[in-house]
Amino acid sequence: MQPDDLILRLQQKDEKAFERLYTLYSQSIFGVINSVLHDTEASEEVLQDVFIKVWDNCDSYSSKKGRFFTWLLNIARNAAIDKTRSKSFKNQKKNLTQEYFVDIIESKNSFSNKMDAIGISKYIKTLGEECKKVINLLFFKGYTQKEASEELSIPLGTIKTRNRLCLNKLREILVE
Amino acid sequence: MNIQEYINSGILELYVYGALSPQESEEVSKVLKQYPEVETEVSEIEEALKSLASAAAPYNPEEMLAAIKAKLNSHGGIVQMHPTPINKRARIISFISVAASLIFLVGIFVLLNRTNNLRQELRVVEAKNAIMQTKVDDSENSLNQAKTILAVIRDPKVTKVPLAGQQVAPDAYVNVFWDKENNKAYIDALGLPEPPQGMVYQVWSLKLDPLTPTSMGLLEDFSNNENKVFSFDNPNESQAFGITLEPAGGSETPTMDQLYTLGVVTNNA
Repeated sequence: MQPDDLILRLQQKDEKAFERLYTLYSQSIFGVINSVLHDTEASEEVLQDVFIKVWDNCDSYSSKKGRFFTWLLNIARNAAIDKTRSKSFKNQKKNLTQEYFVDIIESKNSFSNKMDAIGISKYIKTLGEECKKVINLLFFKGYTQKEASEELSIPLGTIKTRNRLCLNKLREILVE
Repeated sequence: MNIQEYINSGILELYVYGALSPQESEEVSKVLKQYPEVETEVSEIEEALKSLASAAAPYNPEEMLAAIKAKLNSHGGIVQMHPTPINKRARIISFISVAASLIFLVGIFVLLNRTNNLRQELRVVEAKNAIMQTKVDDSENSLNQAKTILAVIRDPKVTKVPLAGQQVAPDAYVNVFWDKENNKAYIDALGLPEPPQGMVYQVWSLKLDPLTPTSMGLLEDFSNNENKVFSFDNPNESQAFGITLEPAGGSETPTMDQLYTLGVVTNNA
C-alpha cells in the first residue's frame, strides 16, 4: 500500500512526514540515480537535489496521475540525465561504459538489507540478457515502450508481457 | 473487465515505471481505486522494484537526510524572510542600468562629434595636399624642361643658330638649337617681346636661293611659357630660320614687314 497519509502531510509541509518518506524511498531512488551516473559522489549530489525538489514541488503530485514512487522516479531520472549532460560530469566521465544496474549489483560487496541481498544476487544470476536490457531501459532509464522496442528490436506489442515475465521472477525470489 | 487478464497484460508494471502516457496512467489510477486486487498487485510490483533499485544504491543514504533538511530550511527562509533586500537590489540594479545607458548615449554623442571634427580637418589637409602636389608637379615639370634644354645646349651634335633682331624689333634676339639627327629644333625665344593681343609668332624654315619659307609652327601660349623655350619637328633642309608676327592661327606665307628675327645656318657643324 502507498503511504497516502504521509504524502498528504508532506503536501502540508510536515517535516516529519518528509523524513518518513525519505526513509522509505531514498535508497531505491539513490539506486536509480546511481545506475544512470555510475558515480557515487555525483549520485549523492543528485539525490539531495531530488529530495529538495520533492519538498518544493510536492503540491504537483496527485494520486490521480500515478504512484508517488513513479513521481519520484521521474524526478530522479530527469535529474540524473541532466547531470550526465552537465559539462563537469562529461569532462570527468569521458569513457562512460554501457554498464547498467546489473554490473553495479554484481560488483557490490555489501548489502544493507541481507535478506534482499541474497535474493537479488540470485535473481540477477538467473535473469536472461533480454530481461536485463528490458528492465534497464524501462525502469532505470525511463524509456517509453516504443523507444524500448526500437532500441531492442522487440515488437511493440510484446514489450509489456515480456517485461512482466521478467519482473515476476524477481517477485518470486523476493517472496521466498 | 476481466481483472486477471488486465493484470497479466503487463500494463501495471509500465504504470509503475512511468512508461505510460499521462492519459493511460490516469486510466490505470481509476482502475486501481476500483479494484483492491489491482492495488495489491501494483504495490507488490512497486516493492519488488524498490528492492531491485536499492540494490543498485552505493549505500543506504540515511545520514544524508540531515544535510538535505538543512537545505530545505535555508532554502525556504531566504524567500520568505528577506523580501526587502531583493527590492533594494533591484532598484540599485535599475538605477545602474539607467545610468549606464545615459553614459553610453553621452559617449556616443561625443564620439560622433569628434568624428565630424576629424573629418573636417581631414578635408582641409587633403585640399592642402592637393595644392602641394600641384606645386611639386609644376616644379618637377620645369626642372625636367630645364634639364632637357640644358642637355640640348650641351649636345655637340646640335647646331646653334643665333637669329638677330630686324627692323621692327632691333633689340630682339632668338637662338635656335637644331638637332639634325633627330629632326628637332628648339627655339629659345626669351629675347622676343610679348606679342600684342590677337597676334602670334610664327617660326619659318627658309631655303635661300630661291627664298622658300616653310612654316614650322607657332610659339603658342607665349606669355605662359616661363622658359620661353619651344620645341618643333624640323625635317627640313633649313638654310636659315625666321620668326614673324602673324594674326592668331598663323599664316600661309610669312608677312615679311613683320619679320622680327632672322639668322642663317652656318655650315661648320
